[in-house]
Amino acid sequence: MSTLPLDQTAALRPMGRVERIVWAFNDTLTIAWRFLAAMVRLPESIVFAAIQPMLLVLMFRYVFGGAISGVHGSYVNYLMPGIFVQTVTFGSIVSAVGMAEDIQKGIIERFRALPMARSAVLTGRTLSDLTRNACSVVLMAGLGFAVGFRIQTNVPAFLAGLGILMLFSWSLSWGFALIGLVVRSTETAQVATIPILLPFTFASSAFVPVSTMPGWLQAFAKNQPVSQVVNACRALMDGGPTSFHVWVALAWCLGLVAVLAPLAVRRYRRTA
Amino acid sequence: MSAPLAIEAHDLTKAFAKGRVRALDGLSFETPPGTVLGVLGPNGAGKTTAVRILSTTLVPDSGRATILGLDVVRDAAAVRRTIGLAGQNAAVDENLSGRQNLQMIGRLSHMARSKAKQRAEELLEQFGLTDAATRSLKTYSGGMRRRLDLAAALVAQPPVLFFDEPTTGLDPQTRQDMWTWTERLVREGTTVLLTTQYLEEADRLADQVIVVDHGRVIAEGTPGTLKAEFGTTVLLVTLEDLPNAQRAAALLAPLGSREPMVENTVVEMNVENGPKAGSEALRALDAEGINVMGLVLREPSLDDVFLQLTGHHAEPDPSASDPAGRSSPESFGSRGTR
Repeated sequence: MSTLPLDQTAALRPMGRVERIVWAFNDTLTIAWRFLAAMVRLPESIVFAAIQPMLLVLMFRYVFGGAISGVHGSYVNYLMPGIFVQTVTFGSIVSAVGMAEDIQKGIIERFRALPMARSAVLTGRTLSDLTRNACSVVLMAGLGFAVGFRIQTNVPAFLAGLGILMLFSWSLSWGFALIGLVVRSTETAQVATIPILLPFTFASSAFVPVSTMPGWLQAFAKNQPVSQVVNACRALMDGGPTSFHVWVALAWCLGLVAVLAPLAVRRYRRTA
Repeated sequence: MSAPLAIEAHDLTKAFAKGRVRALDGLSFETPPGTVLGVLGPNGAGKTTAVRILSTTLVPDSGRATILGLDVVRDAAAVRRTIGLAGQNAAVDENLSGRQNLQMIGRLSHMARSKAKQRAEELLEQFGLTDAATRSLKTYSGGMRRRLDLAAALVAQPPVLFFDEPTTGLDPQTRQDMWTWTERLVREGTTVLLTTQYLEEADRLADQVIVVDHGRVIAEGTPGTLKAEFGTTVLLVTLEDLPNAQRAAALLAPLGSREPMVENTVVEMNVENGPKAGSEALRALDAEGINVMGLVLREPSLDDVFLQLTGHHAEPDPSASDPAGRSSPESFGSRGTR
């Protein structure tokens, strides 16, 4: 007669609610650590990921900047809030590609057979994507200051703008993780996200005033979330009436999380 | 009170692709604690689906399964604390080091941080990975990766382990090592469910074997009884073209224990005495003036046992990324590589 290991009795005991929440939180941190540890092992990945938005800053600042009119004040001050939003938007591609990669490689299968909280796979990922995007924004801000960007309001307002930016970044991660869960292949995730991102970032107030666009496009460009977040950040960093823009941007961010997070969790639970 | 069975599956069914593919079709078996169950079957037989259901990553359409008396659906959370999973489906993180991977799994198995670290060191030592502990997995060889994969399954010292084709594609040395480790675990009281396409592997490790096809058990017994019943040598003769192969098949039919099969230019048959049948085949073909391009004698593979049992070759796995078409010449050749 073989005997079971002593741990066996502990394994059978169901977890209490508090214990479950504590472990779900711990699991989230462990999964977030997983991505950040990989990032530290491969710091080039951040640098290379930052090259494209950095080139955009330089191009808009020095190539298109002179030709773009209709902006009050300095163009670089107008541009940088748009660049910040563009950076986190494109940075979210990682959420889709990474999620698809985890499914493709089979690590999700291992996670699903572990006693960890299932939600942690998503909460941990969105948390680490947020951290990575925060690093990119700091890099972009540094470059911005180097090419003449100056805060026109005050530091607390600027930081509040970054706060909205981070909230927006987090809400996007849920949506892009959902795309990764649906397409399940890194290549598809890559090509599926770009066509979504381009119209939202460029048909927006990120780089040029929406009033310069044709009427039919204005209707979209004015009201879509990227523009709303850009407007809020711009108001907080470059000046102008703030409260309306900030509330609209916050509503968009929270609304996106409220819709996308449950969809992503549901999809993850169904992912075989 | 009688101890519960380590693994019990009762009439499990699972269909994919909206019911068009029946991966499991009434699979039932029992495994007592401290033993190895070998699950034999070709790609697409339902082995991986069964492992996924038993390891709680997939829910069956109907039927019931328990691990140490815990229901895999109702008590899934408790089941996850009693099992370890290794093999073709469960991966490790490529972007982390070996040590980081093991520590992460320890933490996700809800060990204290210090315990997870200590356990990672023990396993790195045990599997000879201490020197490579800080290196990224991208630099690991296939064998090292598989050792880490096995170590990952053992982090929480689970009493029940699932190894899904653990040695497919491994070099002979690492395969031997995997077998030695598995034997040691079983001596220490662990129950192992091992899926494999290799009769030899089941022969070495398993106390009990089930042969699975089309999602159900078609034969069961100890490796010895199964081999005695179904293990015959295979004779493969390659001819110049299909008409010659068909002529040869008709000519050689009396030598085989079963009707010869013709695939393209190759005649395949089961024989009792390999060398004797081989030389007789050559003489008979020579006498008829049929040119022989090649002749191979092969020890029985699982596919041969399978052919004996069902009268047909294995069918491609619907869930596999690269289903091997049985009609193509490449797949025919690959069956001989062991």
